Amino acid sequence: MDMALPIVNATTAALARVSAAFNAPLARAVVFGVHIDGHLVVEGLLIAVIVFQLSRKSYKPPKKPLSEKEVDELCDEWEPEPLCPPVKERSHIDPAILESAAGPHTTIEGKEVVNFASANYLGLIGNEKLIDSCVGSLEKYGVGSCGPRGFYGTIDVHLDCEAKIANFLGTPDSILYSYGISTIFSVIPAFCKKGDIIVADEGVHWAVQNGLYLSRSTVVYFKHNDMASLASTLEKLTRGNKRTEKIRRYIVVESIYQNSGQIAPLDEIVKLKEKYLFRVILEESHSFGVLGKSGRGLAEHYGVPIDKIDIITAGMGNALATDGGFCTGSARVVDHQRLSSAGYVFSASLPPYLASAAVSAVNYLEENPSVLANLRSNVALLHTGLSDTPGLEISSHVLSPIVFLKLKKSTGSLATDLDLLETIAEQVSSDGL
Amino acid sequence: QDCFGRPIASAPDAWFDVVERHSNDGNKTLQRTTKTSKCLNLGSYNYLGFAAADEYCTPRVIESLKKYSASTCSARVDGGNTKLHTELEELVARFVGKPAAILFGMGYVTNSAIIPILIGKGGLIVSDSLNHISIVNGARGSGATVRVFQHNNPAHLEDVLREQIAGGQPRTHRPWKKIIVIVEGIYSMEGELCNLPEIMAVCKKYKAYTYLDEAHSIGAVGKTGRGVCELLGVDPADVDIMMGTFTKSFGSCGGYIAASKEIIHHLKHACPAHIYATSMSPPAVQQVISAIKVVLGEDGSNRGAKKLAQIRENSNFFRSELQKMGFEVLGDNDSPVMPIMLYNPAKIPAFSRECLRQNVAVVTVAFPATPLLLARARICISASQSREDLIKGLEVISKVGDLIGIKYFPVEQEKVASVDKLKKLE
Repeated sequence: MDMALPIVNATTAALARVSAAFNAPLARAVVFGVHIDGHLVVEGLLIAVIVFQLSRKSYKPPKKPLSEKEVDELCDEWEPEPLCPPVKERSHIDPAILESAAGPHTTIEGKEVVNFASANYLGLIGNEKLIDSCVGSLEKYGVGSCGPRGFYGTIDVHLDCEAKIANFLGTPDSILYSYGISTIFSVIPAFCKKGDIIVADEGVHWAVQNGLYLSRSTVVYFKHNDMASLASTLEKLTRGNKRTEKIRRYIVVESIYQNSGQIAPLDEIVKLKEKYLFRVILEESHSFGVLGKSGRGLAEHYGVPIDKIDIITAGMGNALATDGGFCTGSARVVDHQRLSSAGYVFSASLPPYLASAAVSAVNYLEENPSVLANLRSNVALLHTGLSDTPGLEISSHVLSPIVFLKLKKSTGSLATDLDLLETIAEQVSSDGL
Repeated sequence: QDCFGRPIASAPDAWFDVVERHSNDGNKTLQRTTKTSKCLNLGSYNYLGFAAADEYCTPRVIESLKKYSASTCSARVDGGNTKLHTELEELVARFVGKPAAILFGMGYVTNSAIIPILIGKGGLIVSDSLNHISIVNGARGSGATVRVFQHNNPAHLEDVLREQIAGGQPRTHRPWKKIIVIVEGIYSMEGELCNLPEIMAVCKKYKAYTYLDEAHSIGAVGKTGRGVCELLGVDPADVDIMMGTFTKSFGSCGGYIAASKEIIHHLKHACPAHIYATSMSPPAVQQVISAIKVVLGEDGSNRGAKKLAQIRENSNFFRSELQKMGFEVLGDNDSPVMPIMLYNPAKIPAFSRECLRQNVAVVTVAFPATPLLLARARICISASQSREDLIKGLEVISKVGDLIGIKYFPVEQEKVASVDKLKKLE
């Protein structure tokens, strides 16, 4: 059919010229009669051409499904890629194998070294009370819990632990997850669905990014820990966009960023949140038990009332020296997760001895707030000690227990940077670190 | 509401204490009481009976707890790698029959984090229609195209593979980069074994990689507990990647992947769940090591063999008795998971509460884990349950079944006689 048009146009043009040439001498002679005749001829010819074109079958390439033999050939020819890429030339450092508890002093290959790699912020590894409560749990409950929370996997220590954490933080309720990183990447998809807007910091770690990806919402990143960038992003999203008022909006930040050691300024975030009506999801894995006068986390550190933050999640694998994670918020927030959070409903619950370890860890923290002072003075000491190392600078916040040492001058390529850092690490480990 | 999330106050062994809950507002919120009732446990995943304190495992676990403390507080690559972890990886690899293995702290995370590393955009994942949600999440998170084939149907799998390989990637028709077929060993909601030999033959013919998720079958089936491969006579070297969890048969927590050395090496350096997540808790690792040693018989006794024989006997006995009574039970022989069909969603709380009243604890499953009208009660057999326990369970279920009317099949005439005979034998 689309070949018909140009032909029709050409035909019309030709006919027009012909009829003009034909009619021209006659037009002046007789006004109506010959005119109509000439017109009739032209129109008749036009209609004939159009009818002819329309009646021609349109040309479509014939659709032939592949025959069995062709499918066989294709299947035989097809070669898959290998399942994993070949091993790269550059040898990676194999992780060190510890031979004793990952406490402040540990043994690697028979040598005693000082441990700067474990996130044992409060020094609770090896704490007697913790170990005693674990032993008690082990003898009573065995190791695993053998079932998801919905099917007899809820042991009373779980409920005790949830109540304890909620009490400690001052929130109505909390919910326990069985693994640190699964907390955040189950919570985010449970609340944020397709079509919601999430504003997240650029530097959030992998688990948070995974959660954002799984939630299928629109994610907008703002510059790492930059409040001006956050404000302008929020402004851009809400200004003049009527749709954003009807959908759910979230801000996702971490309190102490795992990838950079910066601390998020919670008071400004809360101010922005109230101004633009967003909900805040705060990931406190590295600040729970570390920041704040009694270790209650970022909210206490900045003096923000805890109910201003909608959802708080944390992994317990850092300060509390156990495993697993928890999430708190208002009662409705927690209840919703019990039915619709993937990592809670479909997965086995936390082993009971870890839950009882968490309870004793929180107890210990409540009774001895002086460990926080110890931690802070240690961090300050390390900062002053390392700040004049030639070639390296400290890029994390002064209060953060994760200390990042950056090369002052980058050599310009990622590979050589990594090599340099690895040689430094090797050198340092052979010296007993 | 009160059928789910029942708290227990003791180890999930053969008999356990279920905490009673009462409610003031019509089951909207439930408060715990201090009363507990001892119930027969037909619901926990305790296939080999390692859930409670065990005479071989527990002392060793306590020792490792005192030595290594409850957690390592750091990721594997930073400083969470202990001797126990390396020992367990080698042991798992040896047990399963593969060259190397890698551990993770949680089974769900294992699937969700591994599949995106192995395959990405431009690849094809063909998965069974009844796969677990962790696999579905991992497949979705990987960015590859996902196609589903009918449950346990190798002919349909072949059709799907042929169509896909011939067609290529959607819209561009470029050939696929790689194809992975994901199946499970025992499907937890059906109790069926996967049709592994035929599926393996199809995959080999079309050069697709296979990924076998043995969460429920490792340690529970097979003559020496090595899982579905042993039971169905498939060589483990044919399956490219074998995944499993320690929660069910070994009474611990965590997951593993066993595959060839290159794949494991690649995973160790690329998998975020390995690089960023806290490593497995050392006492849990020790529990798995001891449990595997018991199963293999390396602890010097034959408890492992006895447990395996016990669980097989228990499952077959229980299933045949239930079928004789007229219940509709799904699942293959030798599988320790047996769902009893209830069909009607209204019967779910009735079945659950009646059984609890008579001190038998069962698990009832409804939407969204199963289709809306296919509700079922799922029984998990354990090696720690004795014959008397099973008979008592059968009696209770039979009575409750009569009450609710779920005996959909005609009852065999000698039903009463057989139960009496069994009682006389014991």
